[in-house]
Amino acid sequence: MSLLAVENLRVTFPTRQGPSEVVRGVCFTLGRERLGIVGESGSGKSQTGRALLGLTPAPGWASADRLEFDGTDLRSLSARDWRRLRGKRMSMVMQDPKFSLNPVMAVGKQLMEVLRIHGAGRAEARRAALEMLEAVQIRDPERVFRAYPHELSGGMGQRVMIAMMLVSAPDLLIADEPTSALDVTIQIEVLRILDKLVSERGMGLIFISHDLRLVSSFCDRVLVMYAGRVVEELRAADLGQARHPYTQGLLNCLPQIDGDRRPLPVLNREASWAE
Amino acid sequence: MLTVENLEVTFSTGAEDVQAVRGVSFDVARGESYGIVGESGSGKSTVLRAICGLAPTSAGRIALDGQPLPRPRDAGFYRRVQMVFQDPYASLHPRHTVDSVLSEPLAIQGFDRRDERIARALDDVGLGQGFRFRYPHQLSGGQRQRVAVARALILEPQILLLDEPTSALDASIQAEVLNLLDGLRAERGLTYVLVSHDLAVVSHMCERLLVMQHGQAVEELTRDALRARAAGTDYTRRLLKASVGFTREDAA
Repeated sequence: MSLLAVENLRVTFPTRQGPSEVVRGVCFTLGRERLGIVGESGSGKSQTGRALLGLTPAPGWASADRLEFDGTDLRSLSARDWRRLRGKRMSMVMQDPKFSLNPVMAVGKQLMEVLRIHGAGRAEARRAALEMLEAVQIRDPERVFRAYPHELSGGMGQRVMIAMMLVSAPDLLIADEPTSALDVTIQIEVLRILDKLVSERGMGLIFISHDLRLVSSFCDRVLVMYAGRVVEELRAADLGQARHPYTQGLLNCLPQIDGDRRPLPVLNREASWAE
Repeated sequence: MLTVENLEVTFSTGAEDVQAVRGVSFDVARGESYGIVGESGSGKSTVLRAICGLAPTSAGRIALDGQPLPRPRDAGFYRRVQMVFQDPYASLHPRHTVDSVLSEPLAIQGFDRRDERIARALDDVGLGQGFRFRYPHQLSGGQRQRVAVARALILEPQILLLDEPTSALDASIQAEVLNLLDGLRAERGLTYVLVSHDLAVVSHMCERLLVMQHGQAVEELTRDALRARAAGTDYTRRLLKASVGFTREDAA
């Protein structure tokens, strides 16, 4: 059974030139798997992720023919219903821990807040928060629990973000460029933590990234977005057999340690891709 | 052509000193493209800034053609060495047009035929005359980085210091900017020192590279050694492995 079903999702922002659609008719279903959404800046991948959580920033708005999460129709939810769902059953890891954690609140308190809001007792929340910090491979959870975000490195901060989003054991996690601000070696460690949690808890994961190679090495399935549309859907293992010229172009234009193609192939965008 | 010997950079922040670069040495030959790779905080950008005179060197020697560099750097130095910065959104003045960005170095250095030079610099980076009187906000990220390259090239320098010139750009735009830099070097015999966290970019652009960690040089490799995966240290091997992407096998 699918966890999430999306049909004809559209996100629109008003501009002086009239409404501008940044996500145009995205359809997909998600089971308990790792789904990657890849695209360049402005392709609508982040807005797709935000719309799934009802977080389209005003004055923009999202609409869909179908938007169902585990049998619940998300389109007609009230603000109160959303609050029950968000954090508890579906949550989102943002790109940059520096801007997403509360700078004036100790890490442990932020972690406990999630649980307290969803009805856990103080002692129970504290225990769960510490366990979660340990689960994301933080060596000294007691210290980090008391620390403020500015006292943590980027990699640590991102782990704290992931811990915060997972502490309530959601069924769906949306990760928007969770590792782009991190160094490559730390990036792999963070992915390993995510991977382990997905397989152990049977969580659905939507991984949004601009890095096609990284996504295909991590996810089961990949959606490639261009100008607000999904231009291709692939099993990650079949990336080499990508049909759409945009996907092929994205793959080819990356320099490789072994390759020596000079000049690098560039992407010749065709107007028809955006139609 | 460019020699760096036992370079040390120390930033004093009140009570404690931070040693960002601890004894780095390398040599760059004329016409060569030299890469510096490392993770954030490894001191790779600080090395470039020290060459440019933008970071305080506490020990060591930097020489251009055997001549130690004056402190502060004089106009003659900037005539020969120019830098392109990482973030084209931050490195261009938001209220200066492309034209004034490009005229300023010409005025400082007292160049003649400014109009003609600006026109040519814009053509060289593939932008053309239509962009001359635009402001940065009217340009895309790739176009801005081209303006930054044009600004550096307009003085016809011999050495370009490139600090992560493509890391703020999309993959397809990165390819365009790398091709541009590659072509310009072949055409004019420029010398590059390129800093990047991306081994693939460095392998594509540079004949030799230096791997840095915690302010120290870990090892120097040639492009061929990198391709043969002939890394001499664990750290470089880890970087190489991470550059492949996520692998499930080593999750165990």
